[in-house]
Amino acid sequence: MKKCSRCSKPATLHITELREGVVDVLHLCESCAHEYLSNAQPEQAETAASGLSGKIKAATSDRDLEELDQLTCPNCGISFREFRSQGRLGCPHDYIAFRNELLPLLENIHGETQHTGKIPKRAPGGSRRQYRLIKLRSNLRDVVEQEDYEAAAQLRDEIQALEVELEDGTSEDDISDDA
Amino acid sequence: MDLDALTTTSGEWLRGTGPDSDIVVSSRIRLARNLAQFPFPSRADDSTRSEIEALLRDKLNLLQLGTSLIYVDVNTLETLDRQFLVERQLISREHADSHGSRGVGFGDQENVSLMVNEEDHLRIQVLRSGFSLNECWSEIDRIDDSIESHVTYAFSEELGYLTACPTNAGTGIRVSVMLHLPALVITKEIQKVFQALHKISLAVRGLYGEGSQAMGDFYQISNQVTLGKSEEQVITGLNDVVANIIAYERRVRDALVKENRSSLHDQVARAYGILKNAQTISSEETMHLLSSVRMGINLGLIDDLEIPTVNELFIHTQPAHLQKLRKEHLESAERNVARASYLRLRLTGHEPEPN
Repeated sequence: MKKCSRCSKPATLHITELREGVVDVLHLCESCAHEYLSNAQPEQAETAASGLSGKIKAATSDRDLEELDQLTCPNCGISFREFRSQGRLGCPHDYIAFRNELLPLLENIHGETQHTGKIPKRAPGGSRRQYRLIKLRSNLRDVVEQEDYEAAAQLRDEIQALEVELEDGTSEDDISDDA
Repeated sequence: MDLDALTTTSGEWLRGTGPDSDIVVSSRIRLARNLAQFPFPSRADDSTRSEIEALLRDKLNLLQLGTSLIYVDVNTLETLDRQFLVERQLISREHADSHGSRGVGFGDQENVSLMVNEEDHLRIQVLRSGFSLNECWSEIDRIDDSIESHVTYAFSEELGYLTACPTNAGTGIRVSVMLHLPALVITKEIQKVFQALHKISLAVRGLYGEGSQAMGDFYQISNQVTLGKSEEQVITGLNDVVANIIAYERRVRDALVKENRSSLHDQVARAYGILKNAQTISSEETMHLLSSVRMGINLGLIDDLEIPTVNELFIHTQPAHLQKLRKEHLESAERNVARASYLRLRLTGHEPEPN
Protein backbone atom coordinates (compact mmCIF):
# COMPACT_ATOMS: atom_id res chain seq x y z
CA MET A 1 0.00 0.00 0.00
CA LYS A 2 1.19 3.48 -0.84
CA LYS A 3 2.23 5.70 2.04
CA CYS A 4 0.66 9.08 2.73
CA SER A 5 2.73 11.77 1.05
CA ARG A 6 2.46 14.03 4.14
CA CYS A 7 3.02 11.55 6.98
CA SER A 8 3.94 7.87 7.16
CA LYS A 9 0.45 6.38 7.56
CA PRO A 10 -1.00 4.26 4.73
CA ALA A 11 -2.61 6.38 2.01
CA THR A 12 -6.31 5.64 1.69
CA LEU A 13 -7.37 8.66 -0.39
CA HIS A 14 -6.08 9.36 -3.86
CA ILE A 15 -6.86 12.84 -5.08
CA THR A 16 -6.36 13.98 -8.64
CA GLU A 17 -6.37 17.76 -8.96
CA LEU A 18 -6.87 19.18 -12.42
CA ARG A 19 -6.29 22.91 -12.24
CA GLU A 20 -5.19 25.21 -15.04
CA GLY A 21 -4.17 22.19 -17.04
CA VAL A 22 -1.77 20.96 -14.34
CA VAL A 23 -2.48 17.45 -13.12
CA ASP A 24 -1.55 16.90 -9.50
CA VAL A 25 -1.93 13.47 -7.91
CA LEU A 26 -1.96 13.22 -4.12
CA HIS A 27 -1.90 10.10 -1.98
CA LEU A 28 -3.05 10.87 1.55
CA CYS A 29 -4.11 9.13 4.74
CA GLU A 30 -7.53 9.88 6.22
CA SER A 31 -6.45 12.64 8.59
CA CYS A 32 -4.20 14.45 6.10
CA ALA A 33 -6.90 14.12 3.43
CA HIS A 34 -9.46 15.60 5.77
CA GLU A 35 -7.17 18.54 6.46
CA TYR A 36 -6.39 18.93 2.76
CA LEU A 37 -10.03 18.80 1.68
CA SER A 38 -11.29 21.15 4.35
CA ASN A 39 -8.59 23.66 3.40
CA ALA A 40 -9.20 23.22 -0.30
CA GLN A 41 -12.98 23.58 -0.15
CA PRO A 42 -13.44 27.38 -0.06
CA GLU A 43 -10.76 27.86 -2.67
CA GLN A 44 -12.40 25.32 -4.94
CA ALA A 45 -15.67 27.17 -4.69
CA GLU A 46 -14.08 30.43 -5.76
CA THR A 47 -12.31 28.92 -8.70
CA ALA A 48 -15.09 26.77 -10.09
CA ALA A 49 -14.69 28.59 -13.39
CA SER A 50 -10.93 28.17 -13.47
CA GLY A 51 -11.35 24.49 -12.59
CA LEU A 52 -13.48 24.18 -15.66
CA SER A 53 -10.96 26.08 -17.74
CA GLY A 54 -8.38 23.55 -16.57
CA LYS A 55 -10.61 20.87 -17.99
CA ILE A 56 -11.04 22.82 -21.19
CA LYS A 57 -7.28 23.02 -21.63
CA ALA A 58 -6.83 19.37 -20.78
CA ALA A 59 -9.52 18.42 -23.27
CA THR A 60 -7.99 20.47 -26.04
CA SER A 61 -4.33 20.00 -25.25
CA ASP A 62 -3.41 18.87 -28.75
CA ARG A 63 -5.02 21.85 -30.42
CA ASP A 64 -3.54 25.24 -30.86
CA LEU A 65 -5.25 27.24 -28.10
CA GLU A 66 -4.33 30.55 -29.74
CA GLU A 67 -6.22 29.51 -32.83
CA LEU A 68 -9.20 28.27 -30.80
CA ASP A 69 -9.47 31.59 -29.03
CA GLN A 70 -10.21 33.29 -32.35
CA LEU A 71 -13.48 31.35 -32.65
CA THR A 72 -16.58 33.45 -32.13
CA CYS A 73 -20.24 32.53 -31.96
CA PRO A 74 -22.02 34.31 -34.85
CA ASN A 75 -25.21 34.62 -32.77
CA CYS A 76 -24.20 36.09 -29.44
CA GLY A 77 -20.67 37.21 -30.27
CA ILE A 78 -18.92 35.41 -27.41
CA SER A 79 -15.41 34.22 -28.24
CA PHE A 80 -14.07 30.86 -27.18
CA ARG A 81 -11.49 32.79 -25.16
CA GLU A 82 -14.23 34.50 -23.16
CA PHE A 83 -15.89 31.16 -22.52
CA ARG A 84 -12.57 29.72 -21.37
CA SER A 85 -12.04 32.49 -18.87
CA GLN A 86 -15.62 32.69 -17.54
CA GLY A 87 -16.65 29.06 -17.78
CA ARG A 88 -20.08 30.16 -19.01
CA LEU A 89 -21.37 30.03 -22.57
CA GLY A 90 -23.12 33.01 -24.17
CA CYS A 91 -26.15 31.46 -25.86
CA PRO A 92 -27.59 28.04 -26.82
CA HIS A 93 -26.08 28.37 -30.30
CA ASP A 94 -22.56 28.15 -28.81
CA TYR A 95 -23.08 24.40 -28.64
CA ILE A 96 -23.15 24.45 -32.45
CA ALA A 97 -20.58 27.21 -32.99
CA PHE A 98 -18.02 25.58 -30.65
CA ARG A 99 -19.17 22.02 -31.26
CA ASN A 100 -15.75 20.55 -32.06
CA GLU A 101 -14.21 22.22 -29.04
CA LEU A 102 -17.06 21.42 -26.63
CA LEU A 103 -17.47 17.72 -27.45
CA PRO A 104 -14.14 16.64 -25.90
CA LEU A 105 -14.93 18.86 -22.88
CA LEU A 106 -18.38 17.31 -22.46
CA GLU A 107 -16.89 13.85 -22.72
CA ASN A 108 -14.30 14.78 -20.10
CA ILE A 109 -17.02 16.03 -17.70
CA HIS A 110 -19.79 13.49 -18.30
CA GLY A 111 -18.09 10.53 -19.96
CA GLU A 112 -20.74 10.67 -22.71
CA THR A 113 -21.77 13.02 -25.51
CA GLN A 114 -25.25 11.81 -26.41
CA HIS A 115 -28.34 12.89 -24.45
CA THR A 116 -30.56 9.99 -23.46
CA GLY A 117 -32.96 11.70 -21.08
CA LYS A 118 -36.16 13.66 -21.34
CA ILE A 119 -37.15 15.27 -24.65
CA PRO A 120 -39.47 18.29 -24.70
CA LYS A 121 -42.95 17.36 -25.89
CA ARG A 122 -42.88 20.25 -28.32
CA ALA A 123 -41.06 19.37 -31.53
CA PRO A 124 -37.57 20.90 -31.42
CA GLY A 125 -37.94 21.91 -35.09
CA GLY A 126 -38.51 25.49 -33.96
CA SER A 127 -35.05 25.66 -32.40
CA ARG A 128 -33.28 26.71 -35.57
CA ARG A 129 -35.66 29.63 -35.99
CA GLN A 130 -35.20 30.49 -32.33
CA TYR A 131 -31.43 30.66 -32.82
CA ARG A 132 -32.01 32.93 -35.79
CA LEU A 133 -34.04 35.19 -33.51
CA ILE A 134 -31.04 35.53 -31.17
CA LYS A 135 -28.88 36.57 -34.08
CA LEU A 136 -31.42 39.08 -35.43
CA ARG A 137 -31.90 40.65 -31.99
CA SER A 138 -28.17 40.95 -31.52
CA ASN A 139 -27.86 42.55 -35.00
CA LEU A 140 -30.66 44.92 -34.12
CA ARG A 141 -28.78 46.15 -31.05
CA ASP A 142 -25.71 46.78 -33.18
CA VAL A 143 -27.49 48.78 -35.89
CA VAL A 144 -29.40 50.81 -33.30
CA GLU A 145 -26.06 51.69 -31.74
CA GLN A 146 -24.77 52.72 -35.17
CA GLU A 147 -27.94 54.77 -35.63
CA ASP A 148 -28.72 52.92 -38.83
CA TYR A 149 -32.49 53.26 -38.51
CA GLU A 150 -33.30 51.90 -41.94
CA ALA A 151 -31.56 48.61 -41.18
CA ALA A 152 -33.12 48.61 -37.71
CA ALA A 153 -36.62 48.94 -39.14
CA GLN A 154 -35.94 46.10 -41.54
CA LEU A 155 -34.61 43.89 -38.75
CA ARG A 156 -37.61 44.69 -36.54
CA ASP A 157 -39.93 43.55 -39.33
CA GLU A 158 -37.94 40.37 -39.76
CA ILE A 159 -37.96 39.66 -36.00
CA GLN A 160 -41.68 40.31 -35.83
CA ALA A 161 -42.38 37.99 -38.76
CA LEU A 162 -40.28 35.25 -37.17
CA GLU A 163 -42.01 35.72 -33.83
CA VAL A 164 -45.43 35.40 -35.47
CA GLU A 165 -44.24 32.30 -37.29
CA LEU A 166 -43.08 30.75 -34.01
CA GLU A 167 -46.33 31.71 -32.27
CA ASP A 168 -48.33 30.03 -35.04
CA GLY A 169 -46.21 26.90 -34.72
CA THR A 170 -47.07 26.96 -31.02
CA SER A 171 -50.83 26.99 -31.47
CA GLU A 172 -50.61 24.16 -34.00
CA ASP A 173 -48.65 22.08 -31.49
CA ASP A 174 -51.21 22.83 -28.81
CA ILE A 175 -54.05 21.63 -31.00
CA SER A 176 -52.29 18.40 -31.90
CA ASP A 177 -51.48 17.86 -28.19
CA ASP A 178 -55.16 18.12 -27.30
CA ALA A 179 -56.23 15.73 -30.03
CA MET B 1 -44.62 40.54 -1.20
CA ASP B 2 -44.12 40.87 2.54
CA LEU B 3 -41.46 38.35 3.51
CA ASP B 4 -42.08 39.05 7.20
CA ALA B 5 -45.09 36.73 7.06
CA LEU B 6 -42.69 33.84 6.43
CA THR B 7 -40.65 34.36 9.60
CA THR B 8 -43.13 32.50 11.78
CA THR B 9 -43.50 29.56 9.39
CA SER B 10 -41.13 27.09 7.80
CA GLY B 11 -41.03 25.09 4.61
CA GLU B 12 -43.02 21.87 4.40
CA TRP B 13 -39.74 20.07 3.70
CA LEU B 14 -38.64 20.69 7.31
CA ARG B 15 -41.61 18.92 8.88
CA GLY B 16 -39.46 15.87 9.60
CA THR B 17 -41.74 13.27 8.11
CA GLY B 18 -41.39 11.05 5.08
CA PRO B 19 -39.32 7.89 4.63
CA ASP B 20 -36.10 7.61 6.69
CA SER B 21 -36.53 11.15 7.99
CA ASP B 22 -34.36 10.37 11.05
CA ILE B 23 -31.40 10.53 8.65
CA VAL B 24 -32.66 12.07 5.42
CA VAL B 25 -33.75 15.64 6.16
CA SER B 26 -34.89 16.42 2.64
CA SER B 27 -34.80 15.33 -0.99
CA ARG B 28 -34.39 17.82 -3.80
CA ILE B 29 -34.33 17.84 -7.57
CA ARG B 30 -33.54 20.85 -9.71
CA LEU B 31 -33.71 21.28 -13.47
CA ALA B 32 -31.76 23.89 -15.46
CA ARG B 33 -33.72 25.24 -18.42
CA ASN B 34 -33.17 28.02 -20.96
CA LEU B 35 -35.34 29.76 -23.51
CA ALA B 36 -34.14 29.10 -27.05
CA GLN B 37 -34.48 32.67 -28.29
CA PHE B 38 -32.31 34.53 -25.76
CA PRO B 39 -28.64 34.62 -24.81
CA PHE B 40 -27.84 33.10 -21.39
CA PRO B 41 -28.25 35.54 -18.44
CA SER B 42 -24.53 36.30 -18.03
CA ARG B 43 -24.34 37.35 -21.70
CA ALA B 44 -27.66 39.23 -21.80
CA ASP B 45 -27.68 43.03 -21.49
CA ASP B 46 -29.97 44.73 -18.98
CA SER B 47 -32.93 45.16 -21.31
CA THR B 48 -32.74 41.55 -22.55
CA ARG B 49 -32.56 40.32 -18.95
CA SER B 50 -35.67 42.34 -18.13
CA GLU B 51 -37.41 40.90 -21.17
CA ILE B 52 -36.55 37.33 -20.11
CA GLU B 53 -37.68 38.05 -16.56
CA ALA B 54 -40.99 39.57 -17.64
CA LEU B 55 -41.68 36.70 -20.04
CA LEU B 56 -40.93 33.95 -17.54
CA ARG B 57 -42.75 35.70 -14.68
CA ASP B 58 -45.77 35.79 -16.96
CA LYS B 59 -45.54 32.09 -17.79
CA LEU B 60 -44.91 31.05 -14.19
CA ASN B 61 -48.11 32.77 -13.14
CA LEU B 62 -50.00 30.38 -15.44
CA LEU B 63 -48.68 27.35 -13.55
CA GLN B 64 -51.07 25.13 -11.64
CA LEU B 65 -49.04 24.35 -8.54
CA GLY B 66 -51.91 23.36 -6.29
CA THR B 67 -51.04 26.43 -4.21
CA SER B 68 -50.78 30.07 -5.17
CA LEU B 69 -47.44 31.20 -6.54
CA ILE B 70 -45.57 33.85 -4.59
CA TYR B 71 -43.27 35.79 -6.92
CA VAL B 72 -40.48 37.94 -5.50
CA ASP B 73 -38.45 40.46 -7.49
CA VAL B 74 -35.01 39.60 -6.12
CA ASN B 75 -33.36 42.61 -7.76
CA THR B 76 -35.21 45.14 -5.59
CA LEU B 77 -34.93 43.17 -2.33
CA GLU B 78 -32.85 44.37 0.60
CA THR B 79 -29.66 42.39 1.25
CA LEU B 80 -31.19 40.99 4.45
CA ASP B 81 -34.24 39.67 2.61
CA ARG B 82 -32.08 38.06 -0.06
CA GLN B 83 -30.05 36.36 2.66
CA PHE B 84 -33.32 35.28 4.28
CA LEU B 85 -34.39 33.51 1.06
CA VAL B 86 -30.98 31.81 0.85
CA GLU B 87 -31.32 30.52 4.42
CA ARG B 88 -34.72 29.07 3.51
CA GLN B 89 -33.18 27.37 0.45
CA LEU B 90 -35.57 29.20 -1.88
CA ILE B 91 -32.73 30.85 -3.80
CA SER B 92 -29.03 30.10 -4.23
CA ARG B 93 -26.26 32.31 -2.91
CA GLU B 94 -25.28 33.06 -6.47
CA HIS B 95 -28.81 34.30 -7.18
CA ALA B 96 -28.76 36.49 -4.06
CA ASP B 97 -25.39 38.07 -4.90
CA SER B 98 -26.00 38.49 -8.63
CA HIS B 99 -27.32 41.71 -10.24
CA GLY B 100 -29.97 42.87 -12.70
CA SER B 101 -33.50 41.67 -13.37
CA ARG B 102 -34.09 38.38 -11.62
CA GLY B 103 -36.68 36.79 -9.44
CA VAL B 104 -38.00 33.73 -7.71
CA GLY B 105 -41.43 32.16 -7.62
CA PHE B 106 -42.39 29.66 -4.93
CA GLY B 107 -45.46 27.91 -3.60
CA ASP B 108 -46.71 28.77 -0.11
CA GLN B 109 -45.58 25.34 1.18
CA GLU B 110 -42.09 26.25 -0.11
CA ASN B 111 -41.82 22.84 -1.82
CA VAL B 112 -41.33 24.39 -5.23
CA SER B 113 -39.05 27.24 -6.18
CA LEU B 114 -38.45 28.71 -9.63
CA MET B 115 -35.43 30.97 -10.01
CA VAL B 116 -35.47 33.29 -13.00
CA ASN B 117 -32.19 34.59 -14.47
CA GLU B 118 -29.85 32.71 -12.22
CA GLU B 119 -26.98 31.07 -14.13
CA ASP B 120 -29.66 29.76 -16.51
CA HIS B 121 -32.92 31.46 -17.50
CA LEU B 122 -34.87 29.11 -15.29
CA ARG B 123 -33.93 26.85 -12.40
CA ILE B 124 -36.84 24.72 -11.23
CA GLN B 125 -36.48 23.13 -7.80
CA VAL B 126 -38.72 20.70 -5.91
CA LEU B 127 -38.05 19.85 -2.27
CA ARG B 128 -39.61 17.13 -0.11
CA SER B 129 -39.22 16.09 3.48
CA GLY B 130 -37.47 12.74 3.99
CA PHE B 131 -36.16 10.31 1.40
CA SER B 132 -38.58 10.90 -1.49
CA LEU B 133 -36.70 11.45 -4.74
CA ASN B 134 -39.29 9.63 -6.85
CA GLU B 135 -42.05 11.96 -5.62
CA CYS B 136 -39.79 14.96 -6.32
CA TRP B 137 -39.25 13.71 -9.86
CA SER B 138 -42.91 13.19 -10.73
CA GLU B 139 -43.71 16.66 -9.40
CA ILE B 140 -40.86 18.48 -11.17
CA ASP B 141 -41.45 16.55 -14.40
CA ARG B 142 -45.06 17.75 -14.37
CA ILE B 143 -44.06 21.38 -13.67
CA ASP B 144 -41.41 21.24 -16.39
CA ASP B 145 -43.96 19.93 -18.93
CA SER B 146 -46.40 22.60 -17.92
CA ILE B 147 -43.86 25.42 -18.42
CA GLU B 148 -42.70 23.86 -21.65
CA SER B 149 -46.22 24.09 -23.09
CA HIS B 150 -45.82 27.90 -23.02
CA VAL B 151 -42.18 28.40 -24.05
CA THR B 152 -39.55 26.89 -26.34
CA TYR B 153 -36.62 25.50 -24.42
CA ALA B 154 -33.10 25.47 -25.85
CA PHE B 155 -32.73 21.79 -26.68
CA SER B 156 -30.70 19.66 -29.05
CA GLU B 157 -31.39 16.02 -29.79
CA GLU B 158 -27.72 15.30 -29.39
CA LEU B 159 -26.83 17.32 -26.29
CA GLY B 160 -30.23 17.59 -24.60
CA TYR B 161 -31.17 20.74 -22.69
CA LEU B 162 -28.57 23.40 -23.42
CA THR B 163 -27.26 25.20 -20.36
CA ALA B 164 -24.97 28.15 -19.66
CA CYS B 165 -22.38 25.83 -18.15
CA PRO B 166 -21.51 22.61 -20.01
CA THR B 167 -21.42 20.81 -16.65
CA ASN B 168 -25.26 20.89 -16.63
CA ALA B 169 -25.95 20.10 -20.29
CA GLY B 170 -28.10 17.09 -21.17
CA THR B 171 -30.77 16.53 -18.56
CA GLY B 172 -29.89 19.70 -16.63
CA ILE B 173 -30.76 17.68 -13.54
CA ARG B 174 -29.27 17.84 -10.08
CA VAL B 175 -30.64 15.25 -7.73
CA SER B 176 -29.63 15.74 -4.12
CA VAL B 177 -30.36 14.37 -0.71
CA MET B 178 -29.62 16.16 2.57
CA LEU B 179 -28.34 13.67 5.12
CA HIS B 180 -27.78 14.06 8.84
CA LEU B 181 -24.81 11.81 9.63
CA PRO B 182 -23.65 12.56 13.19
CA ALA B 183 -22.61 8.97 14.03
CA LEU B 184 -20.45 8.63 10.92
CA VAL B 185 -18.83 11.95 11.80
CA ILE B 186 -18.18 10.98 15.47
CA THR B 187 -16.54 7.71 14.42
CA LYS B 188 -14.74 9.39 11.47
CA GLU B 189 -16.22 6.71 9.18
CA ILE B 190 -17.51 9.62 7.07
CA GLN B 191 -14.17 9.80 5.23
CA LYS B 192 -14.77 6.35 3.78
CA VAL B 193 -18.16 7.49 2.57
CA PHE B 194 -16.60 10.50 0.83
CA GLN B 195 -14.03 8.28 -0.78
CA ALA B 196 -16.63 5.87 -2.12
CA LEU B 197 -18.84 8.71 -3.41
CA HIS B 198 -15.93 10.38 -5.15
CA LYS B 199 -15.21 7.18 -7.06
CA ILE B 200 -18.71 7.07 -8.50
CA SER B 201 -18.76 10.79 -9.43
CA LEU B 202 -21.17 11.93 -6.74
CA ALA B 203 -20.54 15.27 -5.06
CA VAL B 204 -20.66 15.96 -1.32
CA ARG B 205 -21.49 19.47 -0.18
CA GLY B 206 -22.53 21.31 2.97
CA LEU B 207 -25.95 22.57 4.00
CA TYR B 208 -26.08 25.39 1.47
CA GLY B 209 -24.71 23.68 -1.59
CA GLU B 210 -21.72 24.57 -3.67
CA GLY B 211 -18.77 25.86 -1.69
CA SER B 212 -20.49 25.70 1.68
CA GLN B 213 -18.90 23.95 4.64
CA ALA B 214 -20.56 21.01 6.28
CA MET B 215 -22.37 22.36 9.33
CA GLY B 216 -24.19 20.43 12.01
CA ASP B 217 -23.18 17.09 10.43
CA PHE B 218 -25.40 17.76 7.40
CA TYR B 219 -24.18 16.59 4.04
CA GLN B 220 -25.75 17.08 0.65
CA ILE B 221 -25.04 14.28 -1.79
CA SER B 222 -25.74 14.88 -5.45
CA ASN B 223 -25.02 13.73 -8.99
CA GLN B 224 -22.51 15.51 -11.21
CA VAL B 225 -23.06 13.73 -14.53
CA THR B 226 -25.98 15.18 -16.51
CA LEU B 227 -25.27 13.95 -20.04
CA GLY B 228 -25.63 10.37 -21.28
CA LYS B 229 -27.83 9.21 -18.41
CA SER B 230 -31.59 9.50 -18.21
CA GLU B 231 -33.23 11.28 -15.27
CA GLU B 232 -34.49 7.92 -14.00
CA GLN B 233 -30.97 6.44 -14.13
CA VAL B 234 -29.56 9.35 -12.13
CA ILE B 235 -32.34 9.06 -9.53
CA THR B 236 -31.99 5.29 -9.22
CA GLY B 237 -28.24 5.69 -8.77
CA LEU B 238 -28.76 8.18 -5.93
CA ASN B 239 -31.50 6.04 -4.36
CA ASP B 240 -29.19 3.01 -4.19
CA VAL B 241 -26.22 4.89 -2.79
CA VAL B 242 -28.23 6.83 -0.22
CA ALA B 243 -29.94 3.64 1.00
CA ASN B 244 -26.47 2.24 1.71
CA ILE B 245 -25.35 5.35 3.57
CA ILE B 246 -28.54 5.32 5.67
CA ALA B 247 -27.91 1.69 6.61
CA TYR B 248 -24.28 2.55 7.45
CA GLU B 249 -25.26 5.50 9.68
CA ARG B 250 -27.87 3.31 11.45
CA ARG B 251 -25.37 0.52 12.11
CA VAL B 252 -22.88 2.98 13.56
CA ARG B 253 -25.58 4.64 15.69
CA ASP B 254 -26.63 1.25 17.05
CA ALA B 255 -23.04 0.35 17.85
CA LEU B 256 -22.48 3.69 19.58
CA VAL B 257 -25.58 3.19 21.73
CA LYS B 258 -24.56 -0.36 22.59
CA GLU B 259 -20.98 0.41 23.48
CA ASN B 260 -21.17 3.94 24.86
CA ARG B 261 -24.76 4.54 25.84
CA SER B 262 -23.93 6.51 28.96
CA SER B 263 -21.32 8.76 27.37
CA LEU B 264 -23.50 9.31 24.32
CA HIS B 265 -26.47 10.15 26.54
CA ASP B 266 -24.25 12.54 28.49
CA GLN B 267 -23.11 14.31 25.31
CA VAL B 268 -26.66 14.67 24.02
CA ALA B 269 -28.03 15.86 27.38
CA ARG B 270 -25.22 18.43 27.75
CA ALA B 271 -25.88 19.75 24.27
CA TYR B 272 -29.59 20.09 25.12
CA GLY B 273 -28.69 21.75 28.42
CA ILE B 274 -26.48 24.37 26.79
CA LEU B 275 -29.09 25.19 24.15
CA LYS B 276 -31.75 25.66 26.85
CA ASN B 277 -29.58 27.84 29.07
CA ALA B 278 -26.96 29.72 27.06
CA GLN B 279 -27.06 33.52 27.19
CA THR B 280 -24.99 34.03 24.06
CA ILE B 281 -24.26 31.47 21.36
CA SER B 282 -22.73 31.47 17.88
CA SER B 283 -24.35 30.01 14.79
CA GLU B 284 -21.66 27.29 14.52
CA GLU B 285 -22.07 26.15 18.13
CA THR B 286 -25.85 26.13 17.71
CA MET B 287 -25.62 23.91 14.64
CA HIS B 288 -23.19 21.59 16.36
CA LEU B 289 -25.34 21.22 19.49
CA LEU B 290 -28.63 20.94 17.60
CA SER B 291 -27.05 18.11 15.63
CA SER B 292 -26.38 16.19 18.89
CA VAL B 293 -29.90 16.89 20.11
CA ARG B 294 -31.39 15.75 16.80
CA MET B 295 -29.51 12.46 17.04
CA GLY B 296 -30.55 12.16 20.71
CA ILE B 297 -34.24 12.42 19.81
CA ASN B 298 -33.87 9.78 17.10
CA LEU B 299 -32.12 7.42 19.53
CA GLY B 300 -34.76 7.90 22.23
CA LEU B 301 -32.35 9.74 24.55
CA ILE B 302 -34.47 12.91 24.54
CA ASP B 303 -38.24 12.52 24.71
CA ASP B 304 -39.66 15.99 25.28
CA LEU B 305 -38.71 17.55 21.94
CA GLU B 306 -39.82 16.89 18.37
CA ILE B 307 -37.74 16.60 15.19
CA PRO B 308 -39.69 19.30 13.27
CA THR B 309 -38.86 21.81 16.03
CA VAL B 310 -35.16 20.98 15.77
CA ASN B 311 -35.25 21.11 11.95
CA GLU B 312 -36.89 24.51 12.14
CA LEU B 313 -34.34 25.79 14.69
CA PHE B 314 -31.49 25.02 12.28
CA ILE B 315 -33.05 27.57 9.90
CA HIS B 316 -34.59 30.07 12.32
CA THR B 317 -31.36 30.62 14.29
CA GLN B 318 -29.46 31.76 11.21
CA PRO B 319 -28.46 35.43 10.94
CA ALA B 320 -31.08 36.77 8.52
CA HIS B 321 -33.92 34.85 10.18
CA LEU B 322 -32.99 36.16 13.62
CA GLN B 323 -32.92 39.72 12.36
CA LYS B 324 -36.25 39.31 10.57
CA LEU B 325 -37.76 37.83 13.74
CA ARG B 326 -36.43 40.72 15.82
CA LYS B 327 -37.35 43.21 13.10
CA GLU B 328 -34.04 45.03 13.55
CA HIS B 329 -30.48 45.00 12.27
CA LEU B 330 -28.19 43.10 14.64
CA GLU B 331 -24.39 42.93 14.74
CA SER B 332 -22.75 39.55 15.24
CA ALA B 333 -22.47 39.85 19.04
CA GLU B 334 -26.07 41.04 19.32
CA ARG B 335 -27.19 38.15 17.15
CA ASN B 336 -25.50 35.68 19.49
CA VAL B 337 -27.53 37.08 22.40
CA ALA B 338 -30.73 37.10 20.33
CA ARG B 339 -30.06 33.53 19.19
CA ALA B 340 -29.60 32.27 22.76
CA SER B 341 -32.77 34.02 23.84
CA TYR B 342 -34.74 32.58 20.92
CA LEU B 343 -33.42 29.06 21.65
CA ARG B 344 -34.43 29.35 25.33
CA LEU B 345 -37.89 30.46 24.29
CA ARG B 346 -38.37 27.63 21.80
CA LEU B 347 -36.84 24.88 23.95
CA THR B 348 -38.20 25.77 27.39
CA GLY B 349 -41.35 27.64 26.40
CA HIS B 350 -40.46 30.54 28.70
CA GLU B 351 -40.57 34.08 27.39
CA PRO B 352 -37.08 35.58 27.45
CA GLU B 353 -36.25 38.12 30.15
CA PRO B 354 -36.71 41.64 28.82
CA ASN B 355 -33.32 43.21 28.04
